[in-house]
Order: sequence, then structure tokens, then C-alpha cells
Amino acid sequence: MPMDTVTLARAFFGTSLAFHIIFATLGIGISAMVFLSEFLYWWKKDIHYSVMAKRWTKSVAILLGVAIPSGTIVAVQLSLLWPGFMKIVGQVISVPFQVEIFAFFLEALALSIYVYAADRLPPAFRVVSVFLVALGATASAVLITSANTWMNTPAGFTMRADGTITDVNPWKAFFNPSFFGSAYHVVVSALMTGAFVVVSVAAYRLLKDRREEEQSVHHKALLLSLVVAFIFSFLTAMSGHGSAQNLHRYSPEKLAAAEGLFETQRYAPLAVGGYVDYQKKEIRYGVEIPYMLSVLAGDRFDTEVKGLNDFPRETWPPAYTHTLFNVMVGLGMLLLVLAALGLYVYWRRKRGTRNWPEWLLRCLVAAGPLSMLAIEFGWIFSCSGRQPWTIYGIQTTAEAATKAENLGVLFVLFTLVYLFLATIVAVVMIRYFRRHPLAQDLHRLNRELGVNAHGPTH
Amino acid sequence: MVQPIEPSVAILAVWVVLYIYSMAGSIDFGASFWAMVYGNQQTQAGKIANRFLSPTWEVTNTILVLLVVMSVGFFPRAAYMLGNVLIVPVSVILLLITIRSSFMVFAYYVEGYQRLLQAVSGITALFIPALLISALPVTQGGFVQRADGRELLLFDKLVTSPSVYLYILFGLTSELFLAALFLADYSRESGDEEAYAAYRKHAIVFGPITLLVAVFTLYTLEPEAFWLLKRLQEFKVWYVWSILAFLIGYLALWWKTPGGKVGRPRVAVIAVAIQYAIATFAYGAAHLPYIIYPYLTVNEAFTQINTFYSLLKVFAMGLAILLPGFIIFWRLFMKDKRYLQGERRP
Repeated sequence: MPMDTVTLARAFFGTSLAFHIIFATLGIGISAMVFLSEFLYWWKKDIHYSVMAKRWTKSVAILLGVAIPSGTIVAVQLSLLWPGFMKIVGQVISVPFQVEIFAFFLEALALSIYVYAADRLPPAFRVVSVFLVALGATASAVLITSANTWMNTPAGFTMRADGTITDVNPWKAFFNPSFFGSAYHVVVSALMTGAFVVVSVAAYRLLKDRREEEQSVHHKALLLSLVVAFIFSFLTAMSGHGSAQNLHRYSPEKLAAAEGLFETQRYAPLAVGGYVDYQKKEIRYGVEIPYMLSVLAGDRFDTEVKGLNDFPRETWPPAYTHTLFNVMVGLGMLLLVLAALGLYVYWRRKRGTRNWPEWLLRCLVAAGPLSMLAIEFGWIFSCSGRQPWTIYGIQTTAEAATKAENLGVLFVLFTLVYLFLATIVAVVMIRYFRRHPLAQDLHRLNRELGVNAHGPTH
Repeated sequence: MVQPIEPSVAILAVWVVLYIYSMAGSIDFGASFWAMVYGNQQTQAGKIANRFLSPTWEVTNTILVLLVVMSVGFFPRAAYMLGNVLIVPVSVILLLITIRSSFMVFAYYVEGYQRLLQAVSGITALFIPALLISALPVTQGGFVQRADGRELLLFDKLVTSPSVYLYILFGLTSELFLAALFLADYSRESGDEEAYAAYRKHAIVFGPITLLVAVFTLYTLEPEAFWLLKRLQEFKVWYVWSILAFLIGYLALWWKTPGGKVGRPRVAVIAVAIQYAIATFAYGAAHLPYIIYPYLTVNEAFTQINTFYSLLKVFAMGLAILLPGFIIFWRLFMKDKRYLQGERRP
């Protein structure tokens, strides 16, 4: 069956976005980790933190080689694939895009300064510049989220019956009802993912590297990233709760689809697992936890939660929304437990010891990829759960999509390029870090510090 | 009734950014090409090009995104029409940009395959400005057809039009000229006279060629774009000034410095920047009031007035806040001798 243009445009844009957010998320998360370790180095004068910061920065720089062009693709493809959407965006919600450019500039300037001019700057300035990198990346994410939340909960304009737009208030559009909650959720989950990726690498290296000083560096990296990962996976879970309440208030059919709830009711149960059958109007093979959905939606057992039957059939989000929601939440919970477990085991086994049990390290290696996966599912949930709308209640996806034909060829072409780039990035990373092993960096730094009169003293 | 001035302010702002990007982008992509040419030779010319590119390419790329975002924000209907019409060529450009940028970064970090990676990024970079500029003839008329309420690109006509190829040629030669000229100045600033001589030579060759191609391009426009040629006649004086600026810049490559060195590349760069500025703005002014001839004018494409003012404020504030950043950046990578002459690799 040939895909129609709208479906093709969705698949195409979804693929571009799914590819880009890997790099965008890591750009935020890992640069925040670099900032932390630079800060720790400046504070504790332990050169291991400086080595970590240097090596993580290399990976940020390599990742940015893909993040920046793929971000450019996404920015331009918005106009190419969704011209109808951008016609409204341009009139109402272009401010966050414009501000984002400046965040983008900030990140690009600060990163170049941090990477290529660090040795010509005073140490405090180094910390500042890497902080600005993380700040710029985070601000970009917040601003793009503003546009996305505006699609979910549009505000700041009126649309007449003939499609013309009046009474535009760009700032009301910017600070739409779900902006703060979702932006917060996006930022803490990105910081969580950056930390978990470091957890994965450190755990893997601890399993492989047996030399004393290397072990010590990996150990510090693992401990630091586990603490950060635990804090931010906790905050992510809490903010996820806030997001669910936001759905309850502003996009009730999305929550209903996420939970497979058909009848509007108080004391609504929370369905976990299984799949939603729109024909029979029921959840199949799911486990129901009594009252929990009402609690989730309004912090009370007697909260009334709207069911899908209250909405016209053609505006129901797709049935798999439930599955996406479950996977996102499930992964989030799993990660929180994993981080807590890691810290608990470490605390139990006398502080200061570097003997992480092997089974734990093996589990932790999986944390980074799982965290990335949770982010992907979250975005797909947010956007496909809004269907059939592009701008909720205002514009359908079909109206937004391009009228151009032959998208298929372009779609295939771009997908191949993404796969190709993903492979090369991996190869480049592996090759680079093989050629420049940790031992070499440690050796060089130790030597530099030996002759450097301004080196740390303690 | 007094005509609202806001759309004119908006198109001027977009045009300023377009001019800045056309210069910065040409230098950026051209430098990639020259870096490839001098990749494995004894001279420092290739290294100098890479030293310029490493910290700057991200900033240059951001200007492109700024241009897109500004067009969407100020002229949503233009973005709508161009998005529908240009989907194929712009997608190709996006792929090239992606490959060029990522391969340039990879080349920096991978030893062994550097030559190959650099060749890929150098060659893709060469074609990007050439393709970008092919959007201009599309907006001039003759390549877009309206059928049942939507606009279509006449793709066959586009790829067989000699006029379009001349535009492409102009993009190519401009890129090589501007990048060579800029790198000549950058080499002089770095104190490398050998690299300076190499780039100066290329600038001397490509300068007059570019000018000739530009004149030739204007006089081989498609019949549908004759309106533009007629309008351009009204700006003849501007083009005289533009050519004058070119001559000053070109001759500056032979002026002696107080130290007895041949050529004043800094003067040449500034004069040529003025040359392009005058020509670009004369072209832009002649193009008015159309964004896409004959379907869309500046006023028709204009955004909501409140959005316009918010965007303008954000733009002004953003620039003000970032200005010190740009200045620090400039001093660290364009002025600081420790960077210009250094041998550093991360």
C-alpha cells in the first residue's frame, strides 16, 4: 500500500527529528556533565576531573558535528514539509524560534571558545564558557519546547472561520499553558540522559580497564554521573506527573488515549500494559490499578477523568498512544530504580571502595541507551498523541502538510544519510578514543602539572 | 493614507542577514574547498584555512538558520510558497550541508582517513553556495507555475535554463574569490607570507572572472525576468559604484605596505565587501515589491503586526546581549597571534 503524502511527511519529519534529538539531547546532557566536572576540578583541584572534562568535551564536539547540520535540517524541513503549519507559526509563534537562534549563537560561540581557546583563558573563564555552552543548549531546547507546547495547547491568537488570524499576542503564545511544565520536563530528562550516558561508558570502562589510575578515574566518573542521574531521574518522574495533570486539564483526549479510558468517570483506574482496542472499546491484557488514574490526574480519588467516548471518533489519537505512554513511563521508572540501586549498593559496600559488583556494572551499561529510548518514546508520544491535529483544535496535520509529491525518494535518501552518519559517528568516536587512550591524557597532564608552577597545590 | 513602513523594515532586515550570510557562507564553504586543495602540500595554506574554519563554521551555519527563521517570522506566506516550491532543491542542499559539516568535524578527529574526509567536505562545500544562489532565478519569474491554487516548480525548465547555470557559475566563482581574498588577509594576519601569496594569486584570478560572470548573468535572464532587468537599469549608478569598489579592492592587492610587502589584503577585503553590498542591495531594491514574481509581494507576505514588533525587539535585544560574545570571539580567533600562529590540535 503506498503511503499518502501526509503519512509520508509525518514519517519523514519524525525520522529527522528522532535522529536530531539524540544529538541535541546529548549536547545538553553531556555539556552539563563537562561543566560539573570542570567545576569539581576548579573546586577540588583533582586533575582526574579535568581529564574527564577534556575527554567528554571531545565527544561533545564530535556529536555537534552532526547535531548542528541535523538541527539545520529540522529547522528548514519545518517549512518544506509543513508549509501550512509554518504559515500560522510565522504569524503567531515565531518568537521562540527567533530567540532560539540567539541561544544557538551563544552555544556556538562559547563552545568554540571553550574548545579552541581554553588554554589562553584564565581557569574561571573556562568554567564560565562551558557553562554558557550548556546554557545555550538548554535554552535552545526550552525554546523549541515552547513552540511544541503551543501546538499542544495553542494560545495567543484567534482564528476566524475563513482561516485568517487576528488578535495575536506572541508572548501569550510563547508562555502557553503547558510551556513551563513541559519545558522543565524536557530539560531535566535531557540532563538525566546525559548523566546516564556517562554512567554507561564509565561502567563499561570499569569492566574493561584494569589499571589502577584508570580505574580511579572511571570510578569518579561513575559516582558523579550516578548521583546526577539519580537526582534528575527523580525530577523527571516528578515533572512527568505534572505533565500528566496538564494533559488532564488541556488535552483530555490525549490522556484518555494514553490510558485507554473510554467512559468518563470518577475513581478511574490506571491501566498498565496491554493494548487498546478501539473496535471493542476496551483495554486488552492490561493490568488495572484501581483509582490510580484519578489520583494521577488530580491528586484525588474522586477526580473525574474524561473518557474517549466524550469526543468525536475522528479526533481520537491513535490507539498505540497507550503503548508509547507505557514505554516512556516504564523506562523512566526503571532508570530511577537503576540509579537508586547503584547508589545503594555503593553506599552499602563501605564508602571509598572501588569494587562495584560486576552484575551491577553490566546493568548500568544499559542505562544510557535506555534513557535515550525513553526520550524518543516521550517525543513520539507527545506528537502522535496530538493527532489528528498539528495545532490542537486549530489545524489538522493534513491541512499542514506539503502538497508536493514524490516525498518518498527524499525520505529514503535522508534516512540513508542518517544511518550512514550514525555509523560514522560511532566509528569516529571509537577510533578517536582508541588512538587517544585515557592513559595518554593522564600521563600528559601529570607531566604538565609537574612543570607548571601554577598547578594545583593542596 | 500613509503606507505602513513595517514590511519594508522587515524585508530590509531579511536582506541584511541574507547579505551577511552570502558573504560569510561563501567564505566558509570556499575555505573548505581551499583547505582541501592545499590539504597535503608543504605550504601552511591548508592549515590556515582549517584554523579559520574550526571555530567559525558553527557560527556561520547559525546565520543560515537565522535567515530561515527570519523569513518564516516576517514573511510566513513567502516561506509557505517557497517551502512548497523548493522542496527538492533545498533538500539536496540540506544533505550537502550535513555531509560537509560532519565530515569536516570527522576529518579533524580521525587520523588516517583525513585526506578522504577532507576531500568529501571540500567538494560538497564547493557546490552548496552554487546551489543556494539558484533560488534567486526562481523568485524572478518563469520557473513557478500556478495550477489549481498551488504553485509548482517547473523543474525541467529550471535544470535546462542557461540563465540558472550562469547564476550557479556566479555562485561558484564568487565563493572561490571571496574565500581566497579573505584567506589571503587571514594568512597575512597570521604572518604567513607564503600562504598569503598562494591565496592572493587565486583572488587575482577569480576577481575579474566573477565580475564578468555577473555582468553576463544579468544579460542572459529568462524573458519572464525582463521586468527585473528593466528595474535594474534604474540602479545603474549603484553598479558603477560597486565596480569602483571592486577596482579599489583589486588594486589594493598590489599596494605596498609600509613594511615593503606586496598588497593590502585588509583594504581589499573591505572594498570587496562594499562592492557586494552595493550590488546586493541594488538587486534587492530592484526586486521589490515582489518576493516571488509575480505571485507574492512583500506586503502580501507580511506577518501579523504584533508578531513583527515582538520579533524586532527580540532581534535587537539578542544582538545587544551577544555583541560582547562576538567581539571576544573575533579577538580570540581573528586577532590573537597565539591562535593564528599556533600548532594546536585538540
